[in-house]
Amino acid sequence: MIGYIIRRVTYAIPILIGVNLLTFVLFFFVNSPDDMARLHLGVKRVTPEAIVKWKEDRGYDKPLLYHGSKPGMEKLTDTIFVRHSLKLFVFDFGRSDQGRDIGYDISQRMWPSLAIALPIFIVGIFVQITFAMLLAFFRGSYLDTSGVVLCVAMMSISSLFYVIGGQYLLSLLLRLWPISGYDVGWDAIKFLVLPIIVGVISGIGASTRLYRTFFLEEINKDYVRTARAKGLSELRVLFRHVLKNAMIPILTGVVVVIPLLFTGSLILESFFSIPGLGSYTIDAIHSQDFAIVRAMVFLGSVLYIVGLILTDITYTLVDPRVRFE
Amino acid sequence: MKRPDAIRILLLAISFFASSAAAASWNNPYPEEDAGKNILYSAFRERPKTFDPARSYSSNEYLFIAQIYEPPFQYHYLKRPYTLIPLTAESVPMPIYLDKQGHRLPRDASPEAIAFSVYEIRIRPGILYQPHPAFARDADGRYLYHDLSPRDIEGLRAIGDFPHTGTRELVAADYVYQIKRLAHPKLHSPILSVMNDYIVGMKEYATTLKQAHDEIAVGRDSGVYLDLSKFPLAGAEAVDRYSYRVKLHGKYPQLLYWMAMPFFAPMAPEVDRFFSQPGMADKNITLDWYPVGSGAYTLTVNNPNRQMVMERNPNYHEESYPTEGEPGDGPSGLLLDAGQRLPFIDKVIFNLDKESIPRWNKFLQGYYDRSGVQPEGFDQAIRFTSEGDTDVSDTMKEKGIRLLTSVAASTYYLGFNMLDPVVGGYTERARKLRQAISIAVDFEEQITIFENGRGIAAQGPLAPGIFGYREGRAGINPYVYDWAEGKPRRKPIEYARQLLKEAGYPDGVNAATGNSLSINYETPAIGPERKAQLDWMLKQFKKLGIQLVVRATDYNRFQEKMRKGDAQIFDWGWNADYPDPENFLFLLYGPNKKVGENGENASNYDNPAFNRLFERMKNMENTPERQAIIDQMIDIARRDAPWIWGMHPKQFLLEHAWMSNTKPHNMANNTLKYVRLDPVKREELRAAWNRPVIWPVALVLGVLAAGALPAIVTYRRKERARRR
Amino acid sequence: MPFQIEILWTDFLIFVLMGSILAFGVYTLRHEHLRVPWRQVARRPLAMASLVILCAYVVIGLMDSIHYRPLQDRQNSGEPVYSNVELSLLDKVAMPLRARTEKTYSAPFAMQAYTKETVEYPDGRHAREYPRLLYGGAHLKNEAERGGDIASRAGTATLAGLGFWLLLVGGFLLIRQKREETLAQAAGRLMRGEGDIPWRTVLITVGILIMLATNAGYLSLTYHIFGTDQAGQDVFYKSLKSIRTGLVIGTLTTLVMLPFAALFGIMAGYFRGWVDDVIQYVYTTLSSIPGVLLIAAAILSLQLYIETNPESFTSTTQRADTRLLFLCLILGVTSWTSLCRLLRGETLKLREVDFIQAARALGASHATVMARHILPNVMHIILITVVLDFSGLVLAEAVLAYVGVGVDPTMNSWGNMIVSARLEMAREPIVWWSLTAAFVFMFALVLAANLFSDAVRDAFDPRLRK
Repeated sequence: MIGYIIRRVTYAIPILIGVNLLTFVLFFFVNSPDDMARLHLGVKRVTPEAIVKWKEDRGYDKPLLYHGSKPGMEKLTDTIFVRHSLKLFVFDFGRSDQGRDIGYDISQRMWPSLAIALPIFIVGIFVQITFAMLLAFFRGSYLDTSGVVLCVAMMSISSLFYVIGGQYLLSLLLRLWPISGYDVGWDAIKFLVLPIIVGVISGIGASTRLYRTFFLEEINKDYVRTARAKGLSELRVLFRHVLKNAMIPILTGVVVVIPLLFTGSLILESFFSIPGLGSYTIDAIHSQDFAIVRAMVFLGSVLYIVGLILTDITYTLVDPRVRFE
Repeated sequence: MKRPDAIRILLLAISFFASSAAAASWNNPYPEEDAGKNILYSAFRERPKTFDPARSYSSNEYLFIAQIYEPPFQYHYLKRPYTLIPLTAESVPMPIYLDKQGHRLPRDASPEAIAFSVYEIRIRPGILYQPHPAFARDADGRYLYHDLSPRDIEGLRAIGDFPHTGTRELVAADYVYQIKRLAHPKLHSPILSVMNDYIVGMKEYATTLKQAHDEIAVGRDSGVYLDLSKFPLAGAEAVDRYSYRVKLHGKYPQLLYWMAMPFFAPMAPEVDRFFSQPGMADKNITLDWYPVGSGAYTLTVNNPNRQMVMERNPNYHEESYPTEGEPGDGPSGLLLDAGQRLPFIDKVIFNLDKESIPRWNKFLQGYYDRSGVQPEGFDQAIRFTSEGDTDVSDTMKEKGIRLLTSVAASTYYLGFNMLDPVVGGYTERARKLRQAISIAVDFEEQITIFENGRGIAAQGPLAPGIFGYREGRAGINPYVYDWAEGKPRRKPIEYARQLLKEAGYPDGVNAATGNSLSINYETPAIGPERKAQLDWMLKQFKKLGIQLVVRATDYNRFQEKMRKGDAQIFDWGWNADYPDPENFLFLLYGPNKKVGENGENASNYDNPAFNRLFERMKNMENTPERQAIIDQMIDIARRDAPWIWGMHPKQFLLEHAWMSNTKPHNMANNTLKYVRLDPVKREELRAAWNRPVIWPVALVLGVLAAGALPAIVTYRRKERARRR
Repeated sequence: MPFQIEILWTDFLIFVLMGSILAFGVYTLRHEHLRVPWRQVARRPLAMASLVILCAYVVIGLMDSIHYRPLQDRQNSGEPVYSNVELSLLDKVAMPLRARTEKTYSAPFAMQAYTKETVEYPDGRHAREYPRLLYGGAHLKNEAERGGDIASRAGTATLAGLGFWLLLVGGFLLIRQKREETLAQAAGRLMRGEGDIPWRTVLITVGILIMLATNAGYLSLTYHIFGTDQAGQDVFYKSLKSIRTGLVIGTLTTLVMLPFAALFGIMAGYFRGWVDDVIQYVYTTLSSIPGVLLIAAAILSLQLYIETNPESFTSTTQRADTRLLFLCLILGVTSWTSLCRLLRGETLKLREVDFIQAARALGASHATVMARHILPNVMHIILITVVLDFSGLVLAEAVLAYVGVGVDPTMNSWGNMIVSARLEMAREPIVWWSLTAAFVFMFALVLAANLFSDAVRDAFDPRLRK
């Protein structure tokens, strides 16, 4: 088991190098260091000398990948790529082009992100499973059909509508919670309720429908029939047997997103002014702060790969038949 | 161990709901304990880039640092036209003019004879800096935090982590130190290129500093302290403890305006030294984030991810509310606090709020004290009186909201690239084409639709309130407007079509080739929100039969095209640095071209006659002679039409009934100290406006519960059937 | 010629797509085993109703995909000169809607503007009032006539629609009538819903659509039925124009990624070994980069390309079209990985199956085995993915528009409509119609697509079929 994990982690390294190189190339294809300098130096009265100096200060005056005029290994090492991107592998994110310590900002902004992503995830799964079980319980009835149609309808609504609608209805018309903002500690709760409600509702449709099929698959299996024949009530069958077994595909499906909860939600965070990592990324794209973008991409990739490894481990934990090769 | 935690969370949740149910307003975004305090609430949209007074050059940064750093002069809060008054200085000095040999010249000497002007500024003794760790000393008078080891720095996160603070008297040398910082090789001050031309020895000084810096830095990029006091600068020197002298090449009366901006605020060498210690930058403890000044407020929390807080400076020097203003200021209550000690508000909290809708709605709910008017909320907020003036709407009046308007010292325009073979050039054809387009693009309509009347259509480059601007009939642009019934009226579109025909494009078709005229329009507007405006712009050109190709690009590409001169028509604008016509007219001065010269003349307009007049006008005092020259210049520019003179935006500021002493000022930024608020009244009104509406929620829950009933019935029946 | 046909890149691809769908249809009809699942789809009333709605969208989308440049009035020495604006067939049909722009906002069916304006009377008096619209309800004298006028026009349109529909039903019956049957008997059979295919549902859906179309068409001649936007453009027209954008993003994206996903997925599963390793490496790397960033970078670099080669893009439409195509490409890049993974897994299983082993033993080349034996057996996975992805992509467009990396801002799309309309929610009185129109049009399309794809999945997924 441990050997397997070690192997998976080593396998992740070339992937991360690939990710790093790809983001690097993509970003610099779009954005020359000159552009970055101009954006940071502002609009009024910017001289070419100031741009040259800005690049020198931040090491962006070097060639991107290959430094021809340097001797030996420095041809490869004295470049923007090596100077700026390789440190990521030890999670040294460096400083943003504005001069702030990115690692610190990430550690600060991670918590607001988690504070909405985690409740949405947990409450969401709970609600989705409950609804899916209800539908499975009333399978074939009118309730089931209309429930499924409702799910499809809910899936067909753009997430932007949920946000706009939720904000307008609950915050503006009913004045139940603040429209947007964030605070530290327990004061954060009143800001979080609305985005969490919106987040949960917008996720109900698709997942409920999927989980319903998981339940139905289990319900038609032989052991369930046996249990039912023994005279167990339908509810008990559902909770004792079906739920337990249907949880396996549900859990293995969601494990991969758990690490990514850290990186937050782009839309919710910017609509509700929550200072998390999602809005951090969006801001960085808008202000073309390459250092932050690079850090966030790297972080996202690492978390995704962790998610994949976790998924594999979960498989073996819930199903002993799966063996590591 | 799990159980106590769970119980604690449960209890907290219960107490939260209980407390929020008890409170009148659930949607209050601020902590309960801050209720009733003398705190002003505001919002910021994006994190400011820097608070270093040598670098900062944008209004969202000035909003903060103008309250903290004190340059020698400031603008009078109430008087119009804008008047400079001393802030830390004793008086606004008159320059001494010298000739090449250093002989003193009379005050009315001709500009050509003046080789140098010298300003001697005397500051008031006894002004103290805000408490700051950089000034903290031990019993022996040694600085506590000037030689921090990496171990000392390790545990730090913010400026508040230093236990001791100190202060020091403001001296003239601090002002000189800051002027020297403008040339610092690592700071890239945006005004260095301007000051190079004026301050004696500045250019050479920058080179000296660069060399000196490279010697000590040897490859390090932060944590290098370059003691500027050791390097004398000919154009700026301290005369004694309280006075310093600035020496300029030639005559440059605009310097005094620059000296009312944070670029010329004092910087204590200790502070620079403190922040330059190795390792501080890695902890985000830099001058970019923690300003240190003598102003009315200090920045105590700087978390650009969420919140910035300014608090009253305990060491603030004696300054009182102005006792005189414009004639109308007394009746409108602006002089009620005359002579009172500043500042009035204890604390100002800025919260990060990016989206405009939540910001606007929070203002309406009373959670922000003031708001600019969003175009979206405009109809809700504003109504027009029968005279065409604006006032707040009745619903807002009931809430006691007041509207303050002022025309900003800015201009937004559509520029023609004068280097372009089609729209540019100084031939009669090109001129007529530009004039025709200028008539067709109906900025009055643009202002009504997209700005909701928050602006006035421009007649020329000068914004109202600037010397040289002419009101009324004399001020209209005769190439685009007629004077009718006491106001300017845009010439009819038929006239524009006629001009276009004369230019060789009847109905927008090139008479020579038969191709329809197609013009590229460059704009940095890439968001879908701007689609309506782009559509509108297409409509304007269609009136003449001209095809407009919208090239919406991201900001960098846009800038690049402007630098290369690839544009034909483009969006552009200018916010004045100081209230002098020179600051607008230099935008059309040939040697200040964008292409090649990297100047601010974005349309690359270069008319020798205009250039000559500009050189004469720029250093003059505001005399009738100067007015005459400006009139000539503006007429030349109007005829050549290098810009479609767009609009001067009007700033609409709304404030709640509990605010007082607000008067919009387009030049001054250090205005927070004058403003007053009434927290008790605010508390009452907020509570009245924010009662939650709960019945719909109860209704929905009820319906859901009712909906569950049939399900339960079905289940029961099913179970029974199975048992049977 | 009075016009010059102009084929944009996306137009070309749309017609390629239509062609391949037709070819696939013909191929399916000729092969019994392929027809079976489709017949199953055709038996579901909900799926067929959705298909009708989808077809309506497709027709509008196709009409909007035939572009031409009209002839300019002026001619130069006998050489025809064409305008440099591309119009589509839809623009031509909807010309009244396109041309009639008001000054700014107006509510649906309004005859007065939404905001007050200062109006100057001939006697020099000024007043703030709601001015009459230039086109909306311009034929009416006063507000009182409006309700009656709308009702009578709606009645006329409904009647016309009904008549047209009855003709259609009659024609249908004539075709379907069996030899020994009277027309009345055939109608009865239809009304009772007999037969495999739910024609009754189909015809009712068609009827409703026709009625809606005639009403919308007729009423929009004299009113702005969905109001106007800030620049005074008809929102109904904008919504119609947005249909093509939504369809293009939903279909072309899968079309462009399909060849890669299929090729790589099958190759990885078939060859295993280092080929598998390389392909897995590529798709894991790609899928671990956050999609938004990839899209943002790609869109920005396209912008760069357009700016450096302005001569290739003479009109706003062409620029917007290139950006749309590029968006499809990059969305394809971000979404091919999941299909690739699925195909790889399926191929891994298939290659051990007897008939494939047999084909290998008989000396068939790798290419033949993959193309003749494996591809047809994974076709159902591809099909299911394509239909399932469609609705997701249409929805994704809106989110991308919000992030600022969606389609060109000058292009009509629901995403652009929603993003700009969210600011209108704070107006008072609220401007709700743009948002509502985008919602209705988008919801109907995505819902129909979801319902249809459900049926397709049920029919093709072998796990559910048993």
